[in-house]
Amino acid sequence: MIRIENLTKYYGDVCAVDDISLDINEGEILGLLGPNGAGKTTTLRILTCYMTPTSGNIHVKDLNIHNNSLEIKKFIGYLPESAPLYPDMIVYDYLCFVADIRQLNGGHRESRIRELAGLCGLNEVMHKSIHELSKGYKQRVGLAHAMMSDPEILVLDEPTSGLDPNQIVEIREIIKGIGKEKTVILSTHILTEAEAACDRVVIINHGRIVADGTTDELKKDAGSDYIVHISLQHTDFDIIRDAFRLIPGVKEPIQTGSRDGIIDFYISCSTGKDVRPDIYSVIRDNGWPLLEFHMETRTLENIFRELTRES
Amino acid sequence: MNNVAHILKKELKSYFVSPIAYIVISIFLILAGWFFFTTFFIYNQAELRIFFALLPVLFSFIVPAVTMRLFSEEFNTGSFELLMTMPVSSLDIIIGKFLAATVFVAIMLLPTLAYAVTISFIGDLDWGPVIGGYLGAVLMGGAFSSVGLFASSLTRNQIISLIIGMAICFVLTLIDKMLFFLPVPVLNVFQYLGADYHFQNIARGILDSRDIIYFLSVVFVMLYCTNLVIKEKI
Repeated sequence: MIRIENLTKYYGDVCAVDDISLDINEGEILGLLGPNGAGKTTTLRILTCYMTPTSGNIHVKDLNIHNNSLEIKKFIGYLPESAPLYPDMIVYDYLCFVADIRQLNGGHRESRIRELAGLCGLNEVMHKSIHELSKGYKQRVGLAHAMMSDPEILVLDEPTSGLDPNQIVEIREIIKGIGKEKTVILSTHILTEAEAACDRVVIINHGRIVADGTTDELKKDAGSDYIVHISLQHTDFDIIRDAFRLIPGVKEPIQTGSRDGIIDFYISCSTGKDVRPDIYSVIRDNGWPLLEFHMETRTLENIFRELTRES
Repeated sequence: MNNVAHILKKELKSYFVSPIAYIVISIFLILAGWFFFTTFFIYNQAELRIFFALLPVLFSFIVPAVTMRLFSEEFNTGSFELLMTMPVSSLDIIIGKFLAATVFVAIMLLPTLAYAVTISFIGDLDWGPVIGGYLGAVLMGGAFSSVGLFASSLTRNQIISLIIGMAICFVLTLIDKMLFFLPVPVLNVFQYLGADYHFQNIARGILDSRDIIYFLSVVFVMLYCTNLVIKEKI
C-alpha cells in the first residue's frame, strides 16, 4: 500500500530522517515509536506531502509524492500533532470547510458531518468556537477533520498527547475501530499506546529504523521473557542471592533497593516455563516473610530504552 | 477552481466572525470621512476628488492590516499544516486568500458610496470620475492586498508582516513624490512604478490600459513571489 524508499531529510545541516525504507501493508495499524526528535513527525509530514524529502521517495499505491502529491492527499487523512485548528472558527463551520475542500457535497456533506460528530463525540460542542474547546475536544475535532472523506490511509501524529486517561482510552477505541478497515499510521512516544493499539511497531532513533515488528516479536527478540519483582523482609542480600541461584532458568537476582530490613530485588527469567512456583517454594522453605511478589512481562518500555539509549 | 472558492468563503467568513473586520472598517471610515469632509466644504465643489487623493495613503496602512493575518496566523497556529495536507495546491490557497482580501477591501469601500449619493443631492456630481475612482480603488486594493499577502507569507509574526506590508505599500504610493529631484527621464520610470500616479489617472475617469496593466502586474508579481516563498517554506 505504502512503500517508503531511502527517505532522507535534512534541515540545513541537521539530518532528521536518515535513509528510511519501510513497507506498510493495507489494513495495518502501524505505530511509529521513538524519542523526541527521532524523526517521526518529519517522516509523517513527508508522507502527507507537507514537506518534500531531501532524497528518496514514497509510493502510495502506484502514485509517488514527487509527481502526484495532490492525488495522494486525497487518500490520506492527517491529524498533525496537537491538532492546530483555526481558533476563531466554529466547529461546525470548520467541518463544513473541510467537507467542501474534500469535495463532499449537498446532503452527503451534512450526513457525514453528523456521523463524525457522533463518532468523535462532538455533538455538544458543534456550535462553539474552536478556541473555547479543551485540548481533548480539539483533538477530536482534528480526528473528525482527518476522517472527513473516509480516507483509506489515516495518519495520526501523537493523537493522544495531552489528553486525560479517559480521553486516551476513548481516542484509542476510535482508532481501533477505524483500523479494522483502514490503514492507520500513528506516531507516539507513549509505549503502552503502541502496545494497546498497533499491529506493528517501528522504532525510530536518530532518523533510522532500529526495530520493526509486532510487539510480541520485538519482545521475543529482546531476550528474556519476564521479570519477577520480589520484596522480602531480610537483611542480607547475599543469602537471598545464593538461594535463588539454584533455580534452573533464572538469572542472578538483582537488588533494586533496601530499607528498614526490607530488600527489593528482581529476577529475570528466560525459560519457556513459569518459574514462579519454584521461586515461591524457595521463599517458603527459608521462611522469609514475603511482602511483595509480582511478575512483569518484558515491556516495550525496556526494549525501547535499550534501543534508543544514547551511547 | 472550486477550492479557490472554498478558501475565499472561509477567509471572508473568518474576517467577519472576528472583531478585526469591524475595527478595520471603522477606522477606515472615520479617517476617510474626517479627512474628506473637513476640506470638502472649503472647496465647495461637488466631487470626490479629495477623497480619492487620500485613498492611496490610507490604503497603504489599512490594507496591510487586513492582510497581515492571512499567512502569519496560519504559520503561528500551525493550521497551515492542516491546510496544506488537504487536497489543495498552494496556488489555490494563495489566490483564495488574495481574493478574500480584495473582496474585503471592496466591502470596506461600500459605505463610502454614501458620500457620492449625498453629494449628488447637494450638487451636480459627475459620475464618470466617481465610477473610475471606485474601479481604481478596487484595483489598487487588490494590488496592495497582494503586497500584504506577500508580506504575510514571510513571517509568522503579524506585526512584522504589517510593517513590511506597510513599508512596501508606502514606497509604491510615494515613490514618484519622493524623487522629484531626479532628472525627468529617470523620474518618468519611477512615476510608472508609483501606485498613486496610476490610481489618480483612473480616478480622473480615464481608463487607460497601461494603468490597469500596472495594477494587474503588481498583483501577478506579488502572488508569484508569495508562491515562491511558500514553496521555500515547506
